[in-house]
Amino acid sequence: MYPKDYRYTEDHEWIKVEGNIGTVGITDYAQKQLGDIVYVELPEVDDEFEKGEEVATVESVKAASPVMIPVSGKVVEINEDLEDSPELVNQDPHGKGWFFKVELSDPSELDDLMTAEQYEEYIKSEGE
Amino acid sequence: MSRFLPLSDEEREQMLKEIGREDLFSPIPKDLRLKEDLKIRSHSEKEVLYFFNNLASMNKNLTSFAGAGVYHHFIPSAVDYLSTREEFLTAYTPYQPEISQGTLQTIFEYQTMMCNILGMEVSNASMYDGATSLAESILMAKRIVKKKNTVAISKGVHPHYLKVVKTYLKNLGINIVEVGLKDYVTDIDQLKKRLSENSDIFAFAVGYPNFYGSVEDLKEIVPVVKEYDKKAIVITSTTEPLSFGIIAPPGDFGVEIACGEAQSFGNYPGFGGPLLGFLATTEKFVRQMPGRVAGQTVDLDGKTGYVLTLSAREQHIKRERATSNICSNQGWCMLRATIYLSLLGENGYKKLAKLNYSLSEYAKEKIGKTKHFKVVNTKPTFNEFTVQTDVDFLSFRAMCEENGVFPGVHLAKFGLDKDKFILTCTEVITPEDIDKLVNLMESAK
Amino acid sequence: MKTLREKEKLIFEISKKGKSGIDIKFTVEEKDFEGDYSRKGEIGLPQVSEVEVVRHFTRLSKMNYGVDDGFYPLGSCTMKHNPKMNEKIASMEGFLHSHPMFSYNLVQGSLKAMKVLQDYLCEITGMDFCSLQPAAGAHGELTGMMMIRKYHEKKGDPRKYVLIPDSAHGTNPATSTFAGYSVIEIKSDKNGCVDVEALKEMINEEVAALMITNPNTLGVFEKNIKEIAGILHSKGALLYMDGANMNALMGVVKPGEMGVDVMHLNIHKTFSTPHGGGGPGSGPVCFKSHLAPYQPVPVVEGDDEKGYTMNWNLPDSIGKVHGFYGNFLVTLKALAYIMALGGNGLKQTTFDAVLNANYIREKLKDTYNLPFESETLHEVVFNDKNQEEYGVTTLDIAKRLIDYGIHPPTIYFPLIVRGAIMIEPTESESREEIDYFIEIMKKIDKEAKENPEILKQAPHYTPVRRLDETLAARKPVLRWKGENND
Repeated sequence: MYPKDYRYTEDHEWIKVEGNIGTVGITDYAQKQLGDIVYVELPEVDDEFEKGEEVATVESVKAASPVMIPVSGKVVEINEDLEDSPELVNQDPHGKGWFFKVELSDPSELDDLMTAEQYEEYIKSEGE
Repeated sequence: MSRFLPLSDEEREQMLKEIGREDLFSPIPKDLRLKEDLKIRSHSEKEVLYFFNNLASMNKNLTSFAGAGVYHHFIPSAVDYLSTREEFLTAYTPYQPEISQGTLQTIFEYQTMMCNILGMEVSNASMYDGATSLAESILMAKRIVKKKNTVAISKGVHPHYLKVVKTYLKNLGINIVEVGLKDYVTDIDQLKKRLSENSDIFAFAVGYPNFYGSVEDLKEIVPVVKEYDKKAIVITSTTEPLSFGIIAPPGDFGVEIACGEAQSFGNYPGFGGPLLGFLATTEKFVRQMPGRVAGQTVDLDGKTGYVLTLSAREQHIKRERATSNICSNQGWCMLRATIYLSLLGENGYKKLAKLNYSLSEYAKEKIGKTKHFKVVNTKPTFNEFTVQTDVDFLSFRAMCEENGVFPGVHLAKFGLDKDKFILTCTEVITPEDIDKLVNLMESAK
Repeated sequence: MKTLREKEKLIFEISKKGKSGIDIKFTVEEKDFEGDYSRKGEIGLPQVSEVEVVRHFTRLSKMNYGVDDGFYPLGSCTMKHNPKMNEKIASMEGFLHSHPMFSYNLVQGSLKAMKVLQDYLCEITGMDFCSLQPAAGAHGELTGMMMIRKYHEKKGDPRKYVLIPDSAHGTNPATSTFAGYSVIEIKSDKNGCVDVEALKEMINEEVAALMITNPNTLGVFEKNIKEIAGILHSKGALLYMDGANMNALMGVVKPGEMGVDVMHLNIHKTFSTPHGGGGPGSGPVCFKSHLAPYQPVPVVEGDDEKGYTMNWNLPDSIGKVHGFYGNFLVTLKALAYIMALGGNGLKQTTFDAVLNANYIREKLKDTYNLPFESETLHEVVFNDKNQEEYGVTTLDIAKRLIDYGIHPPTIYFPLIVRGAIMIEPTESESREEIDYFIEIMKKIDKEAKENPEILKQAPHYTPVRRLDETLAARKPVLRWKGENND
């Protein structure tokens, strides 16, 4: 379910790192909690954020939730497909439903994030 | 005292007994409860009506050339008749769409009409009034152009609106730069100068037509702002949207937020309220728009219907991160506007605009020939303009009032020039009324 | 009766070239507006006769449900009867055509009405002053919070934070942000009230105010309000009260005697003015004298002897919050209502509202789950916990009520209650109507067990059935774009 090579946050974001570029999205657990996603407000390319800062907003019909950036860095690409098809986040949260790519300014921050196993444990405890 | 209360004393007693509560207010500590009754006497309906009839007759409604933000227009009987149907008047906000299609479809029709009138792509379902609508528009522009913090505002915006904007922005750390006028329209050179001096400007707000009645030169203004920063937003603030029956609408010039006051559309002056703030924008910025909006969708059977949508922008969901704190709006005034515009229709709207303009031009011409009064606007105007006089305005106004005429709104009422006033001619004014006013001007000393 | 038509077309779809619903006579020589700024081409307004407009909006109205139609137990909205004299008064010619920029001598009636209402609202709330300028509740909140800000600024002590209970209306945090504050949420205690111990820990000299709703959104009276006010005041912070639930207090307590510094009222809730399908409301702000210098301008002053006028000269005022003086015609209706009832009638109103709510609570508490057991005043909050096992949710229960001719209660609010069903019957319901509601609620519970599908498919008899809100938000269609719109 949760890809082994991704890292996860307590706020239910995931990040996949290739070189010094990380791709960020929200987890399957998060999209299920939110229900039908109707809109994703993305950052702009070149915007810079500190780890944990609010970087995007994901909206369902009855809720709007902030998305925090898992690591510090500069946004280098956004998923423009989400503009017309926000349902991608529901359909393929760990793949086509990615939000944006970030150039990591401090890769050591990755060490603070959860592994897939840890995250699965975490959501189990949260569900209780 | 009990005509609004359907429980009888006997029922009250029974109900109390059934729920086993001796003291209904037991949740409230005794020491907080009032020892004395409120000092307000009750009245029969007859007494209440008598009281209000008296108050209403203390108001004097003269032949009025007043405008400057609130307008006297003729309102067809069907507007009063239809809008007071209880299903519209006594319904709540349409949160249960299955039993609110009347309100929701009306909002959708209103949004369409306003978009078409303004030349814009999206309209919300109303704001409180033109003043708060401008304040909210500026905050909306700020959300769009995130990194800048100063708004430039033309001095031709309605002075009360400017005051409200200052109240709203003061606590949010947003700066205001005022741009002066030349010949009663925005001084373009000064606008350019203000822009060149300050790289922090995210929007420019301008009256269209402006407070003094003049049609601003949007064709020049918009490119100036866009050349400064293609992301910067031009906001138009309109007090009299009937003008767009003959004047090109803001959307024609690339204006990205068009806001203002639509009381003119089927709502009475009512001592300044309730009014009807409008706010329209482009599809691109819809998620940053404040206020409710209705959208089309389908039901379980695939039948077309309407719902309030894009709610995730609003306070009941986004709380402290909402686009606005607005909840109740001016829904019923919006309903009246929709009925009114339906009655006017394409041809009525254009013709009425032309009548207003023609009357106003007639008045301008006549006033131009008087000795002590002159029209100061050099640019085209719609149904109101600014008049300067070398006689004492207050004595002139008193003389007019004695003769059953209110000659216009004194600029001193806004803390502006003592020798000028705004004169408005809508269709409720006849050429004879104008002649009478001109005669009074002739006799002023 | 409801409309017999399957569907009401959009007014644009019945438009035919050349028709109009108004006759305009030219009284003066026609002039064309020429040049760069003349409007060209079709605008896109409909072309229909008066008959078609009347039929269209009449049929649309029949797809609505108003408070004159029946029970409307929307919690926190106080959907009470709208007395008919109100409408007559607000449409008296003397008020309708009164222009806000007329000389004061021409508007004495309007000014007097405002002054009298302000005085009555002060008497009801126990506050010292009142401004009628705010156009709605949230606007009143904003006005009040801006006054608090100015108060601290003038003392050279600008502050950063506003404390807000987690049970509060969304307008409270949104308003605080708009007034330039950061919001800190206070958790409710096990009774659903402000946790006084938590407050003591959170309060410091950077806190400007606490916004409290009393009774709160669960209908529970904040018993410790005086103590809460004391804690705030000891640190120089103020107490703001959201008066949305004033219908539980009129004639019984005065917020001004409980330590409240500033509050707003919802005229369209407590004082009987119709909600108009979304507004206009009116949200007067009432405050103690220490906040008077900061109130919005203009201030209505005077008496019968001296005459009435407006004072614009208040150097420390927060400024103007409305283009003119607020929703004047709406405030007239509130004045009429207060005069009709008088002090004793208002108190009886409160009593009946609280009685009806508690009667419903008692009769339904064995059928629907009560998430908070605390005693309540004018409203009661249940949830769908007992029905959950049948796969039935609050939404289904709400929609099924429509089939029985009852407007659903407020649902999924307050947020601290999962699946909340918030019922506020108001004083306007007869015992017969209340008993009918109770009977139907029990019947729906039975249906949930026996035939849950009928709830999930509800409502069954409305002009449209459940609508696809996801589609509406994903692909927004916000105006009619021509024949190929759908």
